[in-house]
Amino acid sequence: MNRILRKERLNSSVTLMEVDAPLVARKAEPGQFIILRADEDGERIPLTVADFDREKGSVTIIFQIVGGTTKRLDMLNEGDYIRDFAGPLGRATHTEGLKKVAVVGGGVGCAIAYPVTKKLFEQGAEVHAIAGFRSHDLVILENEFAAHSTRFLRMSDDGSWGEKGLVTDALRGLIEAGERYDEVITIGPLPMMKFVCLLTKEYGIKTIASMNPIMIDGTGMCGGCRLTVGGETKFACVDGPEFDGHLIDFDEAASRGRMYAGFERHAYEEACRLLNAKEASEPCL
Amino acid sequence: MPVIQKKHPMPTQEPAVRARNFQEVALGYTKEIALSEAARCLNCRNQPCVQGCPVNINIPAFIGLVKQGDFEGAYRVISQASSLPAVCGRVCPQETQCESKCTLGVRFEPVGIGRLERFVADWHNENAADTVEKPAQNGHRVAVVGSGPSGLTCAGDLAKKGYQVTVYEALHTAGGVLVYGIPEFRLPKAIVAREVETLKALGVQIETNVIIGKTLTVDELLEDGFEAVFIGSGAGLPNFMGIPGEALKGVYSANEFLTRSNLMKAYLPDPQTPIMKGGSVAVVGGGNVAMDAARTALRLGAKKVYIVYRRSMEELPARREEVEHAEKEGIEFRLLCNPLEILGYQNPENPRDERNGFVTGMRCIRMELGEPDASGRRRPVPIEGSEFMLDVDTVIMAIGTSPNPLIKSTTEGLEVNRRGGIIVDEAGLTSRRGVYAGGDAVTGAATVISAMGAGKVAARAIDEALRGA
Repeated sequence: MNRILRKERLNSSVTLMEVDAPLVARKAEPGQFIILRADEDGERIPLTVADFDREKGSVTIIFQIVGGTTKRLDMLNEGDYIRDFAGPLGRATHTEGLKKVAVVGGGVGCAIAYPVTKKLFEQGAEVHAIAGFRSHDLVILENEFAAHSTRFLRMSDDGSWGEKGLVTDALRGLIEAGERYDEVITIGPLPMMKFVCLLTKEYGIKTIASMNPIMIDGTGMCGGCRLTVGGETKFACVDGPEFDGHLIDFDEAASRGRMYAGFERHAYEEACRLLNAKEASEPCL
Repeated sequence: MPVIQKKHPMPTQEPAVRARNFQEVALGYTKEIALSEAARCLNCRNQPCVQGCPVNINIPAFIGLVKQGDFEGAYRVISQASSLPAVCGRVCPQETQCESKCTLGVRFEPVGIGRLERFVADWHNENAADTVEKPAQNGHRVAVVGSGPSGLTCAGDLAKKGYQVTVYEALHTAGGVLVYGIPEFRLPKAIVAREVETLKALGVQIETNVIIGKTLTVDELLEDGFEAVFIGSGAGLPNFMGIPGEALKGVYSANEFLTRSNLMKAYLPDPQTPIMKGGSVAVVGGGNVAMDAARTALRLGAKKVYIVYRRSMEELPARREEVEHAEKEGIEFRLLCNPLEILGYQNPENPRDERNGFVTGMRCIRMELGEPDASGRRRPVPIEGSEFMLDVDTVIMAIGTSPNPLIKSTTEGLEVNRRGGIIVDEAGLTSRRGVYAGGDAVTGAATVISAMGAGKVAARAIDEALRGA
């Protein structure tokens, strides 16, 4: 049981929770994830560590409400307990020796892009952060990115925040303007990461993508999180979650990610009914 | 009185009924059957059955007490050697262990030792109040990694000797494979929970949601004051065949499929964890895990379930009893048959069709047995031109596992073999001082009882090492 120390709504469908988890906080590094169950009989879901405070013993998670489990998780409030919270899992992002990096985040993926941006910036690297959102009302962590990057490029699909356009437009612009990166790190929706990787491949820039497939145990037992990387089967939980973006089969990952789409819609509606029964006043998202 | 030549059959749920529910298949002996079965024991002098038991239960002694109607006494005899009697009575392959050595078995069917063990354990659980006495503490602390059969056995044996034992479990529930792997209809989870409670009453502390190798390392446990560490972290990542189509939606490892159903309770109505139900299912493999997966799929509502195995019935590694159960429940065995490719749906008109990427079938080839291979089993070879299609919606790969890398990669000096299994000596000691290991983490996928045997051996070695220290 882990207590929720702080809960914050970052936008209409994204929530931040700072959770009391001293053992996880002691070891957590950017790029790693935790597995949680919101309640008894709950599903196990992986969430990437968005921040951690070793002294306070807390770990921050940021999640988008997309299905039944995230809906149930979002029903918990400060002072409530998350049933199970285990980690840190997966390998940490490799940052050693990187002098100049572009970090490209999209949507709620920016929650994961932020801790590595911060780490790189704090170890003295030149960090160009590019964040993309559909529109202004979905923006998260703007101040955090601005404070922990050498350059911060804001992109939105409709032009309501920063420049109108895609993150790939911004990245291409920087590269074309002569910026030379040791590495590009990208975290966001699969189509976005796919196109970032296609772009950097053109320029021969090493690119790391952070994958978030369906998982059960998260410890290297069930094999549900398998991906094809460079023609080989890899397990995101123990081999990843970050891989060489030029080798990942993104289309296959996208297809596998939709395995339970029908179930999720149903579970989400069920959770909404549950919520509405509890607080009739608050409309479901 | 003439000897009853055959084992008393195990009362079971009717196949047609049980194939659609998750309740236990075998119902257990009644008191009358147990008394009559116990009377078959010849009480022979050399007691070969005891040698056939990996944890050396004094089998003739407990059967003798059953004969006298002293079931609680019989339970005490079993529990001196075994921490998990109700579990072993259900899942041990007695036919290749104790019962294979039974003197009566030379001429007739052996005594139903496993069924009697189960009867005694169930009788105890129903009738006796647990009066576990916490033994006096000896001041030594031991950490156990993993709460499966080897870990629980090691923890139980050490706790009984007065050690302060902490068990670290990566998942949210204790029990390891007994909880995530073996289905409810073969091993009710309430039984596992009860065995775990008994250990807690002995003073064993169980910490769930702690992944050794990640949350804490083996070295940190030793630095924290644990004088010995036992690694019973179990089997690891599932193997796949490496054929096209294994990433399609509807292809599972048996570990994933069983974990979703057992640990995550996807078999209950309206679960929070999804699982693919119904349709036609092919399970690839011939071990006990394959049988469990096939029978689970059937109970989840599959119209048709196939076991696809590349050798013949003779080489099928699963327990006979489980194979017979599966056959009676209507599972179809496609023996001497090997998958070549899994095929998926693809709508050429619409890349956004929701059905895209789901399994539609599996292309297989018939096999025949050739010359024996290194394992002594005749090697299956494909029959050219014998390809055929199996129309299925779900494919479950049950072809074994490879060891989990988490502990090895974070414990310096811990030696592993070519396959990744931890190397131990006959006492379970690894290449690291004070670090012991046993069970599937050492041997690769094996049985519950052999893991328990390893936990027992290591507990004895740890006790000798620490008391001598």
